Amino acid sequence: MINDKLTGLVLDEPLLWEKGSRGRIGISIPEAEVEKAKPDKDLVWEGPDFPELSEVDVVRHFTRLSTWNFGVDTGMYPLGSCTMKYNPKLNEKTASMEGFISSHPLLPDNLCQGTLKLMYELQELLCEITGLDAFTLQPAAGAQGELCGMLVFNAFHKKNGKRRKKIIIPDTAHGTNPASCALCGFEPVGLNSGADGILHPDAVREIMDEDTAGIMITNPNTLGLFEENIKEIAEIVHEKGGLVYCDGANMNAIMGAVSMREIGVDVIHLNLHKTFSTPHGGGGPGAGPVGVIKELEEFLPVPRVEKNGDKFILNSDFPLSIGKLHAFHGNYGVLIKAYTYILSMGKDLFDVSTKAVLNANYIKENLKDVFHLPYDRPCMHECVFTDENFEEYKVSTLDIAKRLLDFGFHPPTIYFPLVVHGAIMIEPTESESKEEIDRFIEVMKQIAREAKENPDILHNAPANAKVKRLDETLAARKPKLKG
Amino acid sequence: MHYIPHTKEDVEKMLASIGVKTEDEVFAGIPSSLRRKSPLNLHEPMSEWKIIDRLKSISSEMTPSSEKTVFMGAGSYLHNIPSVVPYLVSRSEFTTAYTPYQPEVSQGTLQAIYEYQTFTANLLGMDIANASMYDGATALAEALLMSLRIKKKTSKVAVSKAVNPYYLKVVEAYFEPTEFELVYIPFDENGKTDISKIENTDDIAAFAVQSPNFFGIIEENENISKACEDKGCLFVSCFSEPFAFGLYKPAGLYGADIVCGEGQSMGIPQSFGGPGLGMFCAKEKYMRQMPGRLCGQTLDKDGKRGFVLTISTREQHIRREKATSNICSNQGLCALTSAVFMSCLGKTGLKQIAEINFNNASWLKKKLVELGFEERFKGSSIFNEFVLKAPDGFEKVWKKLSEKKIVCGLPLDKFYEGFENNYLFCVTEAFSKENMENLLENIKKEVSND
Repeated sequence: MINDKLTGLVLDEPLLWEKGSRGRIGISIPEAEVEKAKPDKDLVWEGPDFPELSEVDVVRHFTRLSTWNFGVDTGMYPLGSCTMKYNPKLNEKTASMEGFISSHPLLPDNLCQGTLKLMYELQELLCEITGLDAFTLQPAAGAQGELCGMLVFNAFHKKNGKRRKKIIIPDTAHGTNPASCALCGFEPVGLNSGADGILHPDAVREIMDEDTAGIMITNPNTLGLFEENIKEIAEIVHEKGGLVYCDGANMNAIMGAVSMREIGVDVIHLNLHKTFSTPHGGGGPGAGPVGVIKELEEFLPVPRVEKNGDKFILNSDFPLSIGKLHAFHGNYGVLIKAYTYILSMGKDLFDVSTKAVLNANYIKENLKDVFHLPYDRPCMHECVFTDENFEEYKVSTLDIAKRLLDFGFHPPTIYFPLVVHGAIMIEPTESESKEEIDRFIEVMKQIAREAKENPDILHNAPANAKVKRLDETLAARKPKLKG
Repeated sequence: MHYIPHTKEDVEKMLASIGVKTEDEVFAGIPSSLRRKSPLNLHEPMSEWKIIDRLKSISSEMTPSSEKTVFMGAGSYLHNIPSVVPYLVSRSEFTTAYTPYQPEVSQGTLQAIYEYQTFTANLLGMDIANASMYDGATALAEALLMSLRIKKKTSKVAVSKAVNPYYLKVVEAYFEPTEFELVYIPFDENGKTDISKIENTDDIAAFAVQSPNFFGIIEENENISKACEDKGCLFVSCFSEPFAFGLYKPAGLYGADIVCGEGQSMGIPQSFGGPGLGMFCAKEKYMRQMPGRLCGQTLDKDGKRGFVLTISTREQHIRREKATSNICSNQGLCALTSAVFMSCLGKTGLKQIAEINFNNASWLKKKLVELGFEERFKGSSIFNEFVLKAPDGFEKVWKKLSEKKIVCGLPLDKFYEGFENNYLFCVTEAFSKENMENLLENIKKEVSND
């Protein structure tokens, strides 16, 4: 039996405005050295009602809050499709070097050669990793990368004389795919995956036409399966003048194993906060660079960084560009971290993918006798189980997820992909050692036993977290969004 | 490579367990015809020590704002950041967590975001704020799309030409594939949006204005608000410098429906323009049309206060193509950063520091005018930015100064016609009198050498 009584010290901490006292301040005010100017008194006010705290108050407050959080540094975080790998601390160090962190985005080119050089080199590295020809680093997250890709689709068809209305999106796609495509004015056309969990050329042939701008495929898909027919599907789409977009959220499975270019992909976005080890920050910032084939480069956002002799310059002179997606150069700080990571790994990125896939298959093989595995075939970087075996005990995926918390594991992604009822989607990443994974497998088996013998332990989980299960219906019915 | 913990023995045991012989066989799911033809043509893994040297060398090719020689804002501002801010924010419980999908083990992130939403709404004088957008520019684009959702029968939005031109580029990119139209409203000789021009514009969902605007000028919010009321459209106000609201009334107090903009000034380093923070507020009645995540208060099973992500039925993971936006990852850690920063400021700190910005900018403007610069827009209220027309032939001086790593304002000629030799200056509380005097000395020297 593995111990589930893993509690630490949990201190209560009120909201900021429930503490503090008038007249306190937590910041050093610079010396007043010039004369006071007089603002127009009709325009000024006394300022917002911010709480007043000392520096110590602020430090204790946020330190206490942090202890209620679970991060990759706390333990295994097998959140499927999110690639919660270890975030190297070296990345943080390089990204906070003074020249980077304190640089203005509109510096003339001669004063920002460093940042431009790093952008140029990172673009080259991402081209090599994906096999595509050109990259933009501007999109601020994966979903914005998708929007960028859809805008490129739109610009491509517009240049060819006819805007197209539809995009094919498989039923296994992330919700951002149809949302990004709708934001770009396209109508998503659903494509069902086969009984084997992957897409089939005939189904694509049936719906692909000359009013369809292209297809958005996640490969490996959200069931953790490689889309074996992607090349043939790409050919069908290309024949009708369409383009192939790959949601590269799962790139961690195939670095060095597959070239996106060779399998027919025209546009891809990468999630630097997944595959390239930058921290997710409790929600962001991420970065969603987009790579394209040569023929689509002219549509990428501006400015583009170029090398001119031994100097780097920003060039905005691309009349067919989709324009700008960010006021400046995207989430630059994130780019530095990803660049640092790629320098650290080099050609061992192939080993990253190998170990990520090895870990997922190891979990799949060791749990499939206990948890229902809807698609029993070799998986890539993640595997998807369901709660089917526990239905008769009235134990759901949610209960299993919450119970994992008591053992010090973050739950997997649950109830996604939607095509699998009660999905439990496990992505261990390459960061986890065999011992840690063995412990995870042991805990999952123990939870499976508990589900049958004492389901209430699961229904009441988590027992050891800061709070018990929260009432999400109440939150939505009577929204309180501000203190 | 030391980020991968597998020993040779581990690998052998694991391979045996899944029933394959070699490591390459783990890729059995990929047909061999689709395997990459050549291995990754990348370098050998680099040591931490070599990487530090390399990045130090690259970063040394920069002119950091901390040298206090870059007198430029235009959407990115150098403010003092207390040491506690990066220190607290770098706690890995915050940095290495994902989006708080499991609220029981994410109360730290969630309470901090709830506090961020409260700070932001109060700062901008609004009912509610979301948990963040990518940046000020995308926040404005999404605000305009949101107005069109609210005013379903309209198909246009009016946007002031005095909004940051980079924001306008982003708005144009977001609007290009839609059936909606952007109508630009010009600015007048005072550098303020020409509100009278809105009268002839019909069928608009919103009128969007930035204050302080791109020229650093406080707009006539009261009149804009009235004009919007007359037109029956939403008043959308954006900003790139939220520190201004430590001194000047925010648009929320004038009845704005949506207030959004860039929050980088609130404790986030410039970092070549990102990551920043898209702040986004609306009136409560528009809550269900808002883009982005919302964090709300609730109770746990024992009746104890806790926080969760809420009203998610607006979002892409549930509504897919019918969602209010495609945003998923946002700028969570930057929102947290600004919450820590605003906690440090408190009511007093915000006001005092805002006043220093205004004092410094007023002083530097006066001194530059004494050197022969001319105010482009006379009589308008500013915060920490202002536009000056430089003496003739100043372009050469500007270039020479830039070779000395001094940025003497942002040249505006590439943004607007008739702005040759006009520069947008910025100075904040981070600049001492000596820093400003150095700038003045250097200009004097170069002008007399010219």
